[in-house]
Amino acid sequence: MKKPDIIFQLSVRSVRLNLLRSVLAALGIVIGVVAIASIGMISANMTLSVTEELSATANILVVTADSGGGGGEPGPGSGGSSSDDDEDYLTSDQFDDIRKAAGSSFVYYLYSESDRIETGDSSGHATIYAMEDEAMTEILTLTEGSFPSTTSQVVIGPDLVERYGIEVGSKVSIGDEDDDEGETTVRVTGILEERGMSMDINSDSAIITTEKFFTGRYDGEDEYSQVNVVVDDIDEIDTVKESIEDSLNKKENEVKVEDSSRMLDSISSTLGTITSFALAIAGISLLVAAVSIFNVMMMSVTERIREIGILRSIGTQKNEILRMFVYEAAIIGVVGAGIGAILSLIIGYVVVFGMVGTTEYFFAWDSIINVPEGMIIGAVICVVSGVYPAWRASKLDPIDALRAE
Amino acid sequence: MDSTPVIALVDVRKIYPLLSGDVHALDGVSLRIEKGEFVAIMGPSGSGKSTLMNQIGCLDVPTSGTVRIEGQDIGLLSDFDLTALRRDSIGYIFQKFNLIPLLTAYENVEYPLVLKDRTYDTSGRVQALLDSVGIDAALAAHRPAELSGGQQQRVAVARALVNEPAILLCDEPTGNLDSKTSTQIMEMLARLNREGRTVIMVTHDESTAKYADRTIRIQDGRIA
Ligand SMILES: Nc1ncnc2c1ncn2[C@@H]1O[C@H](COP(=O)(O)OP(=O)(O)OP(=O)(O)O)[C@@H](O)[C@H]1O
Ligand SMILES: [Mg+2]
Repeated sequence: MKKPDIIFQLSVRSVRLNLLRSVLAALGIVIGVVAIASIGMISANMTLSVTEELSATANILVVTADSGGGGGEPGPGSGGSSSDDDEDYLTSDQFDDIRKAAGSSFVYYLYSESDRIETGDSSGHATIYAMEDEAMTEILTLTEGSFPSTTSQVVIGPDLVERYGIEVGSKVSIGDEDDDEGETTVRVTGILEERGMSMDINSDSAIITTEKFFTGRYDGEDEYSQVNVVVDDIDEIDTVKESIEDSLNKKENEVKVEDSSRMLDSISSTLGTITSFALAIAGISLLVAAVSIFNVMMMSVTERIREIGILRSIGTQKNEILRMFVYEAAIIGVVGAGIGAILSLIIGYVVVFGMVGTTEYFFAWDSIINVPEGMIIGAVICVVSGVYPAWRASKLDPIDALRAE
Repeated sequence: MDSTPVIALVDVRKIYPLLSGDVHALDGVSLRIEKGEFVAIMGPSGSGKSTLMNQIGCLDVPTSGTVRIEGQDIGLLSDFDLTALRRDSIGYIFQKFNLIPLLTAYENVEYPLVLKDRTYDTSGRVQALLDSVGIDAALAAHRPAELSGGQQQRVAVARALVNEPAILLCDEPTGNLDSKTSTQIMEMLARLNREGRTVIMVTHDESTAKYADRTIRIQDGRIA
């Protein structure tokens, strides 16, 4: 018959004898572990899903005019007719240079504006994009209908469909009657497939028009907002990037070339900041737990002074008394952390589904690791909170302790 | 006699420094106790009997003077070694029984043995000891709180004996017991002494002291 360490057994007995008190102390740890693990999981799941979405466009370079280097000179046509038009833009010469520098990559330009739209009795703002027909069919995918063939036809992103109840055949008014450009009504001929977050083109909540319609309405022919380069081979992305920069930024910095890693970095750092903040709040709950464990352990020591005196007088070593109380804190910690881990799996799953919208990354290593991490933090905090009371117990003088009532 | 005495005290003083003036609980005590003796210590309340027992029992070290247990000067020992000496060489029987409330009677007796051997006894020795003091297996499964004073003191005797100590220290072992139970406990101690164990007992009661071979009387921290 193999029985556990007798000192450990005394700790177990003590926890059992004061079950309610121990359970209340463990509750703090449970809450702390759930908070830490859930927040960690939410953050990991968000990062994973954003990374996944962005990695779909990881082979894309976005070229924009470098505002510092003064890209295209204001052409005669732009004339500051619209308030948005004083932005920097890329010229068709620059586009040709980019195309040359990008080798076999698919290169297309994009016009973009933000404008008011109106359909039925609702109105709002949306991004208006335009590109060559060839690029449109290459880059975009329709779930319904067809690409525009005349200037009065457009395709729209799925978010707008949802928001305004637009369908194929619906009429949408672009612009404001009171504006210089006036109001133009177009007909929706197709609905785009959802693309999610990406850096090259955010088509989900945009209207895509023909080039002719766009330049007709907003002027600025051959003044491109951006040029996107779809690199064939993802390993070539840096080479292509350098080649474009070398060719266009020879004299001065005409263009800025960005890949999705920068966007990923900035999203990760934003998420990181939010996560740290949330973790700090969760940390407070662990601090409260630590205080309650400390309190319970001090009570346990005070209540058992006489018992400690007995144990010491019949030959229990100081370090054995210390161990006895540290074990007691550890039992509370491990049980609390265990329950916390189980609860954080359940609560975390629900919250991740609610906040991230998908649980497909829930069991990914980066996400699930938060549970054992939270557990270890919780248990360690318990043990640490128990060390001082345990030390106090071990320092008690046996004669004084025996005399206590 | 040439052999070293089990206990030897030379000019032992214990001073408690208090704001109201030092208390000389022991004021130059010298004594020898040979192996196999049964010694009673008597004296008025506050005379220093318990303080003397604490020195002999290695629960405390004297302010000055030397205490030798089996030839070893306890003033030179670390807390760790003193604790080990208490565990292995001394059996305590207290007035207030002092059983561990979390453990059953059986486990209370088993405890010092496990502390010493770091393993649980399988030879049936613990229950045999309990049987010898009149605690059967059914009773041994009870917690101290569920036992009478006399039963608790019997368990305490069994616990004191489990590590085969050289010395049995009893500070008013019958102080909290009725006269019939006291007699039973005293008979038990007398039997243990006849079996060769050194017994030192503090008592207020002359009828209890007559079980001893010798009585040391203490007055104001000195041997009278
Ligand atoms: N920790 C202490 N601090 C201060 N004084 C103490 C301490 N312990 C004992 N004393 C004093 O030492 C003296 C001897 O005490 P001790 O307990 O040895 O007496 P005793 O003979 O056992 O008395 P009793 O018969 O009442 O048990 C007393 O005056 C007591 O007040
Ligand atoms: Mg006393």
